[in-house]
Amino acid sequence: MSAATAVGVRSRARRGTVRAALFRAFLLLSLAVGFVALGALVADVLWKGIPYLDGILLTEAPSADPDGAGARPAILGTIYLMGMVLLMAVPIGVGTAIYLEEYADRERWYNRLLELNIQNLAAVPSIVYGILGLAFLVRGLGLGRVLLAGAMILTLLVLPIVIVASREAIRAVPDSIRHAAYALGATKWQVVSRQVIPAAIAGIATGSILALARAIGETAPLLLVGALTYVAFDPTPLGAFTALPIQIFQWTARPQEDFKLLAAAAIIVLLAILVTMNAFAIWLRDRYQRRF
Amino acid sequence: MGETPETIVDVRLETVAERRPPLPARAVRDVVFGVSDLTVSYGDAAAIRGVSFDVYRNFVTAIIGPSGSGKSTLIRCFNRLNDLIPGARVEGRVLYHGIDLYAPDVDAVEVRKRIGMVFQKPNPFPKSIYDNVAFGPRVLGMTDALDERVERALRQAALWDEVNHRLRASALSLSGGQQQRLCIARAVATEPDVILMDEPASALDPVATTRIEDLMHDLKRDYSIVIVTHNMQQAARVADMTAFLSVDVSPEGHRTGILVEYDETARIFTHPADGRTQDYVTGRFG
Repeated sequence: MSAATAVGVRSRARRGTVRAALFRAFLLLSLAVGFVALGALVADVLWKGIPYLDGILLTEAPSADPDGAGARPAILGTIYLMGMVLLMAVPIGVGTAIYLEEYADRERWYNRLLELNIQNLAAVPSIVYGILGLAFLVRGLGLGRVLLAGAMILTLLVLPIVIVASREAIRAVPDSIRHAAYALGATKWQVVSRQVIPAAIAGIATGSILALARAIGETAPLLLVGALTYVAFDPTPLGAFTALPIQIFQWTARPQEDFKLLAAAAIIVLLAILVTMNAFAIWLRDRYQRRF
Repeated sequence: MGETPETIVDVRLETVAERRPPLPARAVRDVVFGVSDLTVSYGDAAAIRGVSFDVYRNFVTAIIGPSGSGKSTLIRCFNRLNDLIPGARVEGRVLYHGIDLYAPDVDAVEVRKRIGMVFQKPNPFPKSIYDNVAFGPRVLGMTDALDERVERALRQAALWDEVNHRLRASALSLSGGQQQRLCIARAVATEPDVILMDEPASALDPVATTRIEDLMHDLKRDYSIVIVTHNMQQAARVADMTAFLSVDVSPEGHRTGILVEYDETARIFTHPADGRTQDYVTGRFG
């Protein structure tokens, strides 16, 4: 009897092992698909782009001659855009998240409406934001086809991401912390500003930078609010502008093979900015988590 | 069955409770909290109903009773922490030195500045040991000689010798018992009038529990302490006065906490006036 039970156990264990091995293989395959696809793309871009990745690309304006063409206005445009999006999206987004998590009364219809709105905004296609920007910012407010309009529309686009990430981070702060602070005679503002936000800051920072990573690759809404495909001067907040994705788009659309290689070099620059931002997010998270 | 367990508990509780020094006479006791006809409801359901008793200054007052008898609800009325729970409603009166805590012109923040609290689970802030203790003084603007204040609080909580060389270390690196003593230090750093403790030792091992209990004996010289506990030995060891709450089940099946008996701890554990108290302290509670 006991021997039979033991035999049963063993065969079941072997079946379990086979299943576990199959599952492992499936996981590795999924991982491989992602890695190989990404690796092939990056390798292709590097292979084509590295010869053109030089001082000219970084310091020169675009030109009809591929050997003298650079992406300086586009690189600066992208950096300005990101800086302005950060300055606008983070305060508004984190403020909204704090309001919704710490102050809003869920019973009120306007708070529920606000919440529903934010969830829906995250699903709106980016081109629709572009149309809004064109109609409301460029024409309605008469801002014109300027960098600021592009930054504002990208801000609207990534705001839901900042809000959702910040809300998650704030919600992850246990109530026991809030109660402990209240019990010491802290006011609501002191509880939020001295306990909740510092405890949530790592998640908020990570979410904000991921939102920027989304914004950096956006092309369609910028085209609609009037990013130009050919800009030969450095951008200013209230002047005409271009950005890296648009420059890449324009170069790939040209018939000459050299411009396609130049586009590959610009993609490397875009990837480098993206990786730097993500690395900064990780550093920020580790720094704040290590302290406690 | 053999030896009935209640006899053992009975004997131990009686000896522990009777070993306590005599209490001051009723006439000279100073009332800190005067609770009268207090009812707290969450939504439609009353958690406690019609509770009335007085809490005395420089006493340790224990609130005991079975699960669901509203012990935590009751203690959270003393610092208006129930305000934080949506739908909580308080009726009746809680007088604090004669002032109604729930009067419309009373600010809950002002109340909590004077009445500290230690929670069931140690809940240090995710900051350094120093910043934990300094948080209360900082929000109240008591930042003069902050270092001395922090040291004094840590000494009062019998934690100074263990942490004085690493005040900048994370509070989360401390053991559970140390964290709870840190929470006590945090509560006493603002020199409150009263310290509320909601089952402060329930998450701790026996050694850490003993340290917390010893601490209560020292602390009651300077503070009035109200402690919720489901550990009757603990109540018998630390409390001067004991309130026994029980669950009242209505014919419709609603369970509500009621105050059955409030008396000197020695009496509660040796000659309780109410049969339900007798049943509970002897372990015959069903």
